[in-house]
Amino acid sequence: MSILIDKNTKVICQGFTGSQGTLHSEQAIAYGTQVVGGVTPGKGGTTHLDRPVFDTVADAVEATGATASVIYVPAAFCKDSILEALSAGIELVVCISEGIPTLDMLVVKARLDVSAARMIGPNCPGVITPGECKIGIMPGDIHLSGKVGILSRSGTLTYEAVKQTTDRGYGQSSCVGIGGDPIPGSNFIDILQLFQDDDATEAIVMVGEIGGTAEEEAAAFIKANVTKPVVGYIAGVTAPPGKRMGHAGAIIAGGTGTADEKFAALDDAGVRTVRSLAEIGEALAEVTGWR
Amino acid sequence: MNLHEYQAKGLFAEYGLPVSVGYAVDTADEAVAAAEKIGGERWVVKVQVHAGGRAKAGGVKLADSLDDIRDFAEQWVGKNLVTIQTDEHGQPVSKIYVESCADIGTELYLGAVVDRGSRRVVFMASTEGGVEIEKVAREMPDKILRATVDPFVGAQPYQGRELAFKLGLAGDQVKQFTNLFVGLSKLFHELDCSLLEINPLVITTAGDVHCLDAKINIDSNALYRQKRVAQMNDPTQDDEREAQAAEFNLNYVALDGNIGCMVNGAGLAMGTMDLVKLHGGNPANFLDVGGGATKEAVAEAFKIILSDSNVSAVLINIFGGIVSCATIAEGIIGAVQDVGVEVPVVVRFEGNNSQLGRETLAESGLDIIPGESLVDAAQKAVAAAGGQA
Repeated sequence: MSILIDKNTKVICQGFTGSQGTLHSEQAIAYGTQVVGGVTPGKGGTTHLDRPVFDTVADAVEATGATASVIYVPAAFCKDSILEALSAGIELVVCISEGIPTLDMLVVKARLDVSAARMIGPNCPGVITPGECKIGIMPGDIHLSGKVGILSRSGTLTYEAVKQTTDRGYGQSSCVGIGGDPIPGSNFIDILQLFQDDDATEAIVMVGEIGGTAEEEAAAFIKANVTKPVVGYIAGVTAPPGKRMGHAGAIIAGGTGTADEKFAALDDAGVRTVRSLAEIGEALAEVTGWR
Repeated sequence: MNLHEYQAKGLFAEYGLPVSVGYAVDTADEAVAAAEKIGGERWVVKVQVHAGGRAKAGGVKLADSLDDIRDFAEQWVGKNLVTIQTDEHGQPVSKIYVESCADIGTELYLGAVVDRGSRRVVFMASTEGGVEIEKVAREMPDKILRATVDPFVGAQPYQGRELAFKLGLAGDQVKQFTNLFVGLSKLFHELDCSLLEINPLVITTAGDVHCLDAKINIDSNALYRQKRVAQMNDPTQDDEREAQAAEFNLNYVALDGNIGCMVNGAGLAMGTMDLVKLHGGNPANFLDVGGGATKEAVAEAFKIILSDSNVSAVLINIFGGIVSCATIAEGIIGAVQDVGVEVPVVVRFEGNNSQLGRETLAESGLDIIPGESLVDAAQKAVAAAGGQA
């Protein structure tokens, strides 16, 4: 078991023939992901990477039976691409692109709220179920099929957590990058619920950062609903207030969104927090009794 | 991206929202001419900087004569204003804004933000105008009224009326406030704002609703479709190094420590700063070289980090995902040779081509300290900077 995706997931790529779409689709195919085709308006009927190209997502879904779509189009076109995917009945939309206007995401999110579909991202590395399916830009070879569910607002911090769990032989059930934007398609709570319900996931690593209150909300959710051991880390203790730290969502505004508040909320929820990102693996060993 | 008050008021005026007549000027002569053009006997003169707290710092003055205006302008043109929101150097005064003086009856607050929790644009209004709204939110949360904008239908007049009545407005003020509310929401959405604030919004002694101040922040992600607003950017208000970094798609934020940090990924960059602090050092900066870092970007990152004279060691932490550590290694070698790096450099590579990257650095003959792990790299950087490790 795993969450969101597995070896049977059929994936299409929007922005398939572009440079990013091509590069990462090649890597996904090499990893074993069932990339069944792609969409580039105007190039329908051609083939790319030995897969069919379609003009619309609806055409691609009808012809391939794809249930997941990964989006590599430029930020200015993401709202349109996401809404197209939802309209075509895609169940899982993964948007990698960074730089989507916030007001576009407000509309997308309002649409998602009344849709059965789930969206991961934007501004994220994607989702991977090691050994089965990789949707996104993460390096496949650092992963190991296993028992830790990892969720994070940051790409490279996810990789650090992945590496520590791989080095210790624990492996990952699935890893989800929810993204660094202020309005993500899915939040920590959505993914925590999936990991809690997933048989393959025995422990959870949650990586947050400054800005907003998603970690505090996740802490309250964990306290009430999550029975599996959770290790938590928050980046940005040394970040100054009022400055955007790379990610659009990583800003301490009006005195809220500090790392200290988030650590406190997680501690209060019984999460094993680590102040050093190097100690994630060790903390997992401690809370699970694994060797 | 932040706008100046005079720019925000110009946009307010275009949307038909009630602001005073005013002119932004560069010299004392122009300030006096502006006041003459406005007419009357009382004016407000305000320095234009990207920082709040101007009035308390002497950057706002009620002027009763043209001499007052000349004195104020001469005092501030070409100077920096230090407020509670700036650093000790302050912000350079960009322009002087001269406007007609409104007679203040009562002071209110009206603002709008993208609320991350509810994922909606939320308006906030309060009878506690003229003071810091965060303070009101902390100390008197029931004094803040809210209206949430549905992203599909937009702000509706009834929401404006509800706020107006709760604020205690009456008669024509309710209509004026409602028009302001709907107009502001239109402006917010059409111009891709991330924040709008009128503090204070006043009821004049004549009983009219009037925007005494105006603050607008624009979503930087939307500047590609807000070209006219993007041109209003005032680079004099930006940190020089941050602006330079942005030209090369690098995210840089200056801090006050002595260990320069170069990292790929925003989260890992923050995590690395925190690790430095945890091991007894102090980070000099946040710097994310990005996922597609090139040799040129690495060289530029070095230049920006080293332009801070406090930096006494550099810690490079790369977890290669898309980017190959070998590429970064070549960038580091090129930069050290071209830029001339005279402080110790500690490098930790992990992920994509990390072994090759480490070998490339080792064989370069340059004095680069390899970090064997996250902790090892942080400790070595702290030690190299002369701190405790």
